[in-house]
Parts: sequence; structure tokens; C-alpha cells
Amino acid sequence: MFLHRHPRLIPYLLLLPGILFLVVFFLVPMYYLGFTSLQSGDLFAGYRFTWAWDNYRDAFTLYEGHFLRSLQYAGLATLFAFVISYPLAYWIAFRGGRWKNLLLLLVIAPFFVTYLIRTLAWKTILADQGIVVDVLRALHLVGEDGRLLATTTAVVAGITYNYLPFMALPLYVSLEQIDTRLIEAAEDLYASSVRAFLRVTLPLSLPGIFAGTLLTFIPAAGDFINAELLGTPRQLMIGNVIQSQFKEVADYPQAAALSFVLMAGILLLVLLYARAVGSERATRTAA
Amino acid sequence: MTGRITRRELIRRGAAGGVLLGFPSILAACGGSGGIEGEGAEPSETAATTVSRELANRLVFANWPFYIDVNEDTNERPSLNQFTKETGVEVRYLEEVNDNEEWFGKYQAQLAAGDDIDRDIVVLTDWMAARMIRLGYVQRLDKETISNASNLQEALQSPGWDPSRDFSMPWQSGLTGIAYNKKTIGKVTTIDQLLNDPKLKGKVTCLTELPDTVGLVMAAQGADPSTVDAGAFDSAISALQDAVDSGQIRRFTGNDYTEDLDTGNVWACMAWSGDIAAGLKNPDIEFTGVDTGSHLWTDNMVIPNGGDVFTASTYMNYVYDPVVAARIAAYVYFISPVVGAEDEIAQFDEEAVGNPLIFPTEDMLSSTFIFDAEASDNPEYKEKFQAVIGA
Repeated sequence: MFLHRHPRLIPYLLLLPGILFLVVFFLVPMYYLGFTSLQSGDLFAGYRFTWAWDNYRDAFTLYEGHFLRSLQYAGLATLFAFVISYPLAYWIAFRGGRWKNLLLLLVIAPFFVTYLIRTLAWKTILADQGIVVDVLRALHLVGEDGRLLATTTAVVAGITYNYLPFMALPLYVSLEQIDTRLIEAAEDLYASSVRAFLRVTLPLSLPGIFAGTLLTFIPAAGDFINAELLGTPRQLMIGNVIQSQFKEVADYPQAAALSFVLMAGILLLVLLYARAVGSERATRTAA
Repeated sequence: MTGRITRRELIRRGAAGGVLLGFPSILAACGGSGGIEGEGAEPSETAATTVSRELANRLVFANWPFYIDVNEDTNERPSLNQFTKETGVEVRYLEEVNDNEEWFGKYQAQLAAGDDIDRDIVVLTDWMAARMIRLGYVQRLDKETISNASNLQEALQSPGWDPSRDFSMPWQSGLTGIAYNKKTIGKVTTIDQLLNDPKLKGKVTCLTELPDTVGLVMAAQGADPSTVDAGAFDSAISALQDAVDSGQIRRFTGNDYTEDLDTGNVWACMAWSGDIAAGLKNPDIEFTGVDTGSHLWTDNMVIPNGGDVFTASTYMNYVYDPVVAARIAAYVYFISPVVGAEDEIAQFDEEAVGNPLIFPTEDMLSSTFIFDAEASDNPEYKEKFQAVIGA
């Protein structure tokens, strides 16, 4: 009866579970993170809320290098993941035929093994005396005393590998939705296949590209496992700093401030990116 | 600020702020003011008088992985079984301590709030044991019950943070020195070579534990790591920073350095004696003390608040029996703190007899240092060290 009299409340009631979820698992932790990031003190004397903006100043001045490195590695990994995934997704979507499902399963197969173990496996594969490095040495692609493990290459490769499915799957979804008659029509109108790809297929797959790059870039920028296991102290990313500030130094306010800066930075980049791509185009369904 | 609040609340707030739990009450009271170390957070004085001399049914023992004897065939732990047989106390043995700081972080809120963490004994490294005592998180041992404490090695009897061992008993000790690959690089005995030899560029690892890494470098620079002063500390940090910047140091590691040694990724590194004493897969790896001073560290048993003091003390007494100590030492291959274990070890492991990494000679021990426990836990030092190891 109540709802009969107030029909306008129905949509809000339907939204309620979602809103509650966001409040409990997003807004409250965010608020608390922000609150912690403005505290000062130490583990034994206790942390007090003092509007300690210094934490943010330190985040920029002390860890600028780590931030830039994280963005750089995440950007490179996203680029490589895209270059690898696009042909892969294209092939599965248009040429996969009855093997489509099996091929997709293969793309996500690594996810059946935990992240940590997958990354540790790369330590063995890229080991200084391992087969990969031996082959590259024989081909003179790395120097006689050169190595792959504990280098920037290894870290970026590890991130690319670990986040590849996040790129490949959205690409596949948007490519798979494309009405192939549109491509045929383009070719009927004398577009070369390259031109048809550039003018028809690529623009129609834009939502997939947009989603894929975000799904890859955002977690990659905060990653710390790959740098920890496959890099040296010179490759460590901002995620490593946050982890050590929190766990080892127990400087919770500093860790919180760093997390906030990382989030804000990523958000800003995403907004710029969305503007550049045109958010309406990017999120419109391919159909 | 709001008005008066009780100490209990203060402690709760400080701790909850520490673990970043979102309790609305903290938000309301404008901040987790006060700290863990509130008034009255003195080491507990009550335990010794309130001990009931009655064994509990169960002992919960939290230890590091691979740190007690295991029968590889049956997967049982003989020394624990025997304890159960002798006393009727079941032991719940948890391999849950992987990192001092991590373990502390996990239980700090509960300990600060005075809650029982359901652990009767936990094994922690010197500086963390010292912190637990300082914060009043552990109970006095029932020393009358631990008559075997007389078997404790003299060198370990009075650390600065627990001078008469009222709160702690050593579990095992170990040396931090250098492990090297005798085939690829030959014997490496100095920290200077580790940090500066161009032949070792990118083939060296150091440890993520501050006392080990900074201690060895300080000793190599002629400073005294047992009483750290800021100048000497900074000088060691800058030597490490140079070695990181030049690419000499490949990584800072925990236990996983053994894997890099085995596979040949690393040719020489700072290492823990027991890891190498037990023998790696690669037969070319050897361990040596450092001429300028190796680090002698100890992991200690303490009884967290809420643990059963009499049962825990009974267990401590049991492991200070030289035969039991020898049984454990024959498996873990670190340094046994129990005098007499050496005489008994032959019955468990012939090869361990006379192994200087398990039973170091006087000569070896004379060139060791014990790192300043207070400095290990100094936030400023820790921050500087973390900055070097890359974060």
C-alpha cells in the first residue's frame, strides 16, 4: 500500500542494496583511508588526526620516481597486452569457428593457477642459467654476462603476461558483436581490407579497447608482485612502497596518503583518456 | 577533543587505527589519540603469583615454518608427540610466523585490547620479543618450573631487553654470514667484496631483515652494531645505497635467497647458517662467517597474554632437556641454545656431530655480534632501511 501511494520511491528501493554495498565497501573505507592519510604520529605513541598534509607532500617529493615508474611500466604493459591481444581476439572472433570456446578457455587458463605461482614460474623460466637466456645469448640478443631476470624487461613482461586476459576478453566481446555484413558492405564499396579494418572494424571495437586498456592499466599501476619477484630495488613500483610503508615501517598515514595519490592519479588519467576517446563512443555497444 | 576516556579505550583506538579497521566510534571521537603504550602498559607483574600449577589440556604453539623436528615418513613431530606422552598435554602446533612484523600486525589489535589470542607460546626474533615485553603483551615465565633453564648457553643468558630471562627463553639461534658459490666465484669472506667486487655485479643478494644486513655492514665498517649510533647507521645505509644504485645488489630477500643460490642467479649473498648447514641442492654452495663479525641472532619463546603460563613453562622446561634439544637441533640445523645438546646429537644425526654451524666453536662465537634490539625497532632507522631496500 505504501508503495502504491508513493510510486516514485520504487526505483530508490530497488537501488538500495547496491547503494548500501557501495557505502559499506567503498565510501566508508574511502573515508577512513582519507582520514588515516591525514594523521601523524608513530606506531607506539599512536596516530592522531592532525590534518597532516605533510603526508601528501612526502608522497610527491619522496616517491615521485616510484609513481612515474609505475605509470610507465603499466603503460608499456598495457600497450604490449593490446598489441598481443588484438590479433588474438580478432582471430578467435572471426576465425575461431567451433573452437571459439576452447580458445577462450585457453586465454583464461592461466587464471586457474594463482597469481603468485604464475609469477614465480617466470623466475624459473627467465633464470640466468635457464633455457631462455641461453638461447638469447646464443643469438647475441643479450650479452655474454647479460640476464633477463631482475631487469625492467622481466618486470614489464611479467605484468603484460599477468594482465593479458583482462585485455583480450573485452576485445573479443566487442569484436565478436560486430555485424560482419558491415565489413562486407565496406568491401563491396571498394574499400581495401586494410581500409575496411581501419574504418569499420577498429572503430566498432573501440568499446572493447577502452574497457581492455582500463582493466589492464588500473591494476597494473598498483601491482607490486612482479616488481618484487622479477625486479631489483631499482624496478620497485609504488605498490611496493605502499606495502612496505604499511607492513614494515607501520607508517599507516603515509601508506594511506600514497594510496590516495595513486587513486587520484589513475582517476585523472582515466578521465583524460575517456575524453580523448569520447566516452559516449567508448561505452556505446558495438551493435 | 572529547573529554576523558579510559585507558582501555585509548588502547583500542590506537590499535584499531593501526590496523585500519573502520570502527565508526573512532571516526566519531576525532581520531585515534593515545597510543598502544598507555599508562599501566607495564610488563605484567601478576603472572608469577597467579599461576595455577595445573596443566591445561592443550598447548597452542606458534612457530616459524620448518623449525621443529619432523619425521619425514610419518609427517609426525616426534618431540611434540613425546611431550604429549609425558604430560598428557595435546600440542596444537601452528607454523604461522613468517615474518615478525607481519605476525605482530595480525594480532596487535587483540593484544592491545587485552584479548586472548589463543596462543600459549610464540617464537619471535630478539627485537620483536623485546617489543612484546616493552608493550606488556607477554607474561612472566614460571621460572621455578623451568629448572632446565640452567642449560641455557651462557652467551644468551642476559640480553639487554630481558636481562634475567624473566619473559623469554631462546628457541634457536643462528649466524648471519655469507654464502657463496665456490665454483663460480670462489670463497667470499668480506662484506666489502660482496658490495664492491665488479665480478659479483648483479649476483649478490642481501636480507630484508634490518639487523642482519645493516649489522653486517656496520661491523665491516668497524662500527659496533650492538650499540647503534646514528652516524654509523647512516654510513652503513649509504654503503648499501651505493651498492643498490650501481646494480651490485640484485635483490633483498627473505628465505627465498636459497632458491637464487641453487639456480645460480646469485653467486654470493648474506645468508642464515641453518639454511646452508642443512645443505642446498647445489653442492657448490658453502657458508662462512664474516671476519669483521657475523650476526648472532636468537628467536625466543614468549607467552602472550592469555596463554597458560604453567603449561607453556612446562613445555619450555621440556625442550631444555639436552636430549630433546638435540632431537630438534638434528632437524633444524640452527644453533641450539641448550648446553649438552651436542653430546646427545649423535643418536639422532651422525653428520651433525662437530658441525660448527650447529655447534659453533668459541673462536667462531668470538667474532660475532648481537644487534642492538632497540635500534632494530626504531621507526626512523626502519624507514631509512626500507628506503634503501627499495621502498
